[in-house]
Amino acid sequence: MIQNLKSKIQNPKFTMAETLPQHLLEKAQQWGDTKVALREKEYGIWHSVTWAGYLDHVKHFCLGLVSLGLRPEETVAIIGDNRPEWVYAELAAQAAGSKSVGIYQDSTAEELFYLADYADATFIVVEDQEQVDKVLEVIDRLPRLRKVIYYDPKGLRGYQQAILMPFQSVEELGRSFAQTHPSWFEDTVKSGKSSDLALLGTTSGTTARSKLVMLTHGNLLAQAKNLMKIDPIAVNANVISFLPLAWIGEQMIAMSCGLYQGFTLNFPEEPETVQENIREIGPQAIFSPPRIWENMLSLVQVKIADTTPIKRRIYEWALKTGYAMADARFEGRTPSLGLRMRYALAEASVFQILKDQLGLRHTKRCYTGGAALGPDIFRFYHALGINLKQVYGQTESSGLSAIHRDGAIKFQSVGTPLPETEIKLLESGEILLKNAAVFQGYYKNPQGTAESLSDGWLHTGDAGYFDESGHLIVIDRAKDVMTLHDGSKFSPQFIENKLKFSQYIKEAVVFGGDHPFVTAMLNIDFSTVGKWAEQHHLSYTTYTDLAQKPEVYALIRKDVERSNADLPLSAHIHRFLLLHKELDADDAELTRTRKVRRGFVSQRYADIIAALYGQQDYLDIESAITYQDGSSAKIQTRLKIE
Amino acid sequence: MVSSTSAYPSKLPPQTRQLVIDAVSLHFGGVTAINGVSLEARQGEILAVIGPNGAGKTSLLNSISGIYKPQSGAIRFFNDPNDSQGHNLIKLRPDQIAQLGIARSFQNIELFKHMTVLDNIMSGRHIHMRSNVLDCGIFWGRAQKEEIAHRTVAEEIIDFLEITAVRHKPVGTLPYGLQKRVELGRALALDAQLLLLDEPMAGMNVEEKEDMARFVLDIHEERGITIILIEHDMGVVMDISEHVVVLDFGTKIGDGTPDEVRRNERVIQAYLGQER
Repeated sequence: MIQNLKSKIQNPKFTMAETLPQHLLEKAQQWGDTKVALREKEYGIWHSVTWAGYLDHVKHFCLGLVSLGLRPEETVAIIGDNRPEWVYAELAAQAAGSKSVGIYQDSTAEELFYLADYADATFIVVEDQEQVDKVLEVIDRLPRLRKVIYYDPKGLRGYQQAILMPFQSVEELGRSFAQTHPSWFEDTVKSGKSSDLALLGTTSGTTARSKLVMLTHGNLLAQAKNLMKIDPIAVNANVISFLPLAWIGEQMIAMSCGLYQGFTLNFPEEPETVQENIREIGPQAIFSPPRIWENMLSLVQVKIADTTPIKRRIYEWALKTGYAMADARFEGRTPSLGLRMRYALAEASVFQILKDQLGLRHTKRCYTGGAALGPDIFRFYHALGINLKQVYGQTESSGLSAIHRDGAIKFQSVGTPLPETEIKLLESGEILLKNAAVFQGYYKNPQGTAESLSDGWLHTGDAGYFDESGHLIVIDRAKDVMTLHDGSKFSPQFIENKLKFSQYIKEAVVFGGDHPFVTAMLNIDFSTVGKWAEQHHLSYTTYTDLAQKPEVYALIRKDVERSNADLPLSAHIHRFLLLHKELDADDAELTRTRKVRRGFVSQRYADIIAALYGQQDYLDIESAITYQDGSSAKIQTRLKIE
Repeated sequence: MVSSTSAYPSKLPPQTRQLVIDAVSLHFGGVTAINGVSLEARQGEILAVIGPNGAGKTSLLNSISGIYKPQSGAIRFFNDPNDSQGHNLIKLRPDQIAQLGIARSFQNIELFKHMTVLDNIMSGRHIHMRSNVLDCGIFWGRAQKEEIAHRTVAEEIIDFLEITAVRHKPVGTLPYGLQKRVELGRALALDAQLLLLDEPMAGMNVEEKEDMARFVLDIHEERGITIILIEHDMGVVMDISEHVVVLDFGTKIGDGTPDEVRRNERVIQAYLGQER
């Protein structure tokens, strides 16, 4: 039935909607039960929710919250995996004139407390027992909290706390509220303005604790409009929502663009089944940090290594052809007829099947953002004919503000500014940007606002420059750029990214400012180095043991030297060590978006850094590690320095 | 050898009986595996059977599920509150016992290794299926409806045990801890009133044990199923069970709440060591 109606479904050319709930209302009125808005896999089956059903859930949950006393100046906090209820809760808060704040689902109880308290949350919508336990741990310090609403009751039967309430019960309350106030919801939604606050976005918090970014409906929708102008996602397309909804990137695609365009949003069954679910859905667009693209590539590499020699030979030939084609496109050359014919054969014999396996067969565009992605990985996807593009953005600009245009891919750059977006550079190289999506200020932090927002210009804190073709190149956070002893400037992130292009190096932290030479602290990639060790008959027990093997040091040394070869002499890494543990967000060494918190790390590992600049060849250390359940233990190790 | 079957004074609350074992003895030739053991499992409780190796724990479970036939005594199972007589299991075949509502898992994993997780769990639904070979061959109408209904039950169990990601994987390729979980899933699929778990946590690491303990507690809490389990890890036993029975050389030497058993002198001597 939905197939037949496809031809009739078109995006309204003219829309009156100024807020996200207004878009929902408009689309529900237009499409009702004829078009699927959301889809969730549960008990092995994809269940659909139409636009009318979507509105119904949002409406009754909203009215339920209102009858429980939600007022516009309050905030609804949401924590959990990607599920329809997450989205209902956010829109319900916004429909009531309130705002939402998303919290990363792997946050500790302390982090949850910090954000819920800071945002003045009076309701927390949580997924399951795990999150309920976190809230209950800090509930005494959240006096404003009125209800904790959960949507997966498993394991919660024995919980007697009066503050707990199931999601359905709130919807029930909403239904009875609707009977006495029949037009309350529609009236309130229609009175919403684009200047109303929609959500508080969290900054990643690399330098300090997260700040809350005030974003209005106007900001979010301006972002969606500008992005859809250059890279439209079709109305009948499918997009899969699997990255944390607390992250602005996911908010942008799933919520802003989703409601603006009206495509179908799909939620995977479990975090572990994402890859399988992507394949089932065949999404038209995917926006994700480099990690996902790196994982997909290594998945392919591992499978190819295990296949029969003949298939491997065919794959290698196809990939070589693909690389030739991709390089021709990158350089703007017209590929020769022979190459085009060979590519067509490679496409039919290998790439189609590979893309089908990865679930990328229908994908028109893929985006990577948040951190740098290696050129090799870019080339791989473009060889397959997958249009992977780099973007640049921040929470403060509602998502992204610069992007590669189709057919203009440059590995080093983040592309050109979005439509209706101005980007300029300060003397110091700091990037400033201005458009309708730039935020209103930090929540309860006028000083922070004054530092980053002046005259409508957002001071990004990133240093960068434009190249000859107008592409923006981002170097690093401006305050991270260091001056070496010979007076030359260098960006630790630039060197770190070079190091991380090695498949054996997972994380790198480079030091050098105020010191005579550059040093690095590295994390090996346990899976690839582990596999390498297996292949070379090197036995090991734990991560720490593997990282301290002389053979592994020799392996990593080769990659360090390779990265040095591309760098000016003064930026060469003289000494490095392989850390005994992986940097971890639970230890506050990384942000929840997996960026290194440089200040914290250099403080925590001060003795290691001192040793890197000292004379000795090894260092005995004792360090505290925090387990996921919050308990901690000490480990003693001897670290080798090369 | 002490041959008494005396029950220890217990603080256990009186509840409806689920299973009553009355002076059961089991011999293999000249070897006495169980020597006049009596015990009572109440409805909806977690009963742990502990004891040193060779104490007769698994023999007891095998006697309940009908694999072994005790020479004397009676095992009565009450699956209907209005039926005061119960069913004497000693006279029944294992499949008849399963029909009455008793499911079990095994100490060594007994799954169909080459079948998927889903198929293994569906096999637990087999006793509830009514379609015949012809129906299933045509797979139309009744058989199809039945398959869908049972698949729903199986999927709920898969979701409950958090094995969604491996649903279509052959069981033989899964790690040990997950296989144990699948086995529990198959036992659950029988929709039993009484679940017999033979060392559900044997050979697991701490994290897997914690997961399993959580599942056992959830089953107990959400489904109200009576559970009899054999376990060696004292920490787990004392944490999750409400009722503990101690066997030694085929004889019952302790019976009561975990606290009572912990204080019982004979149990301390026979099993827990002479710490105090």
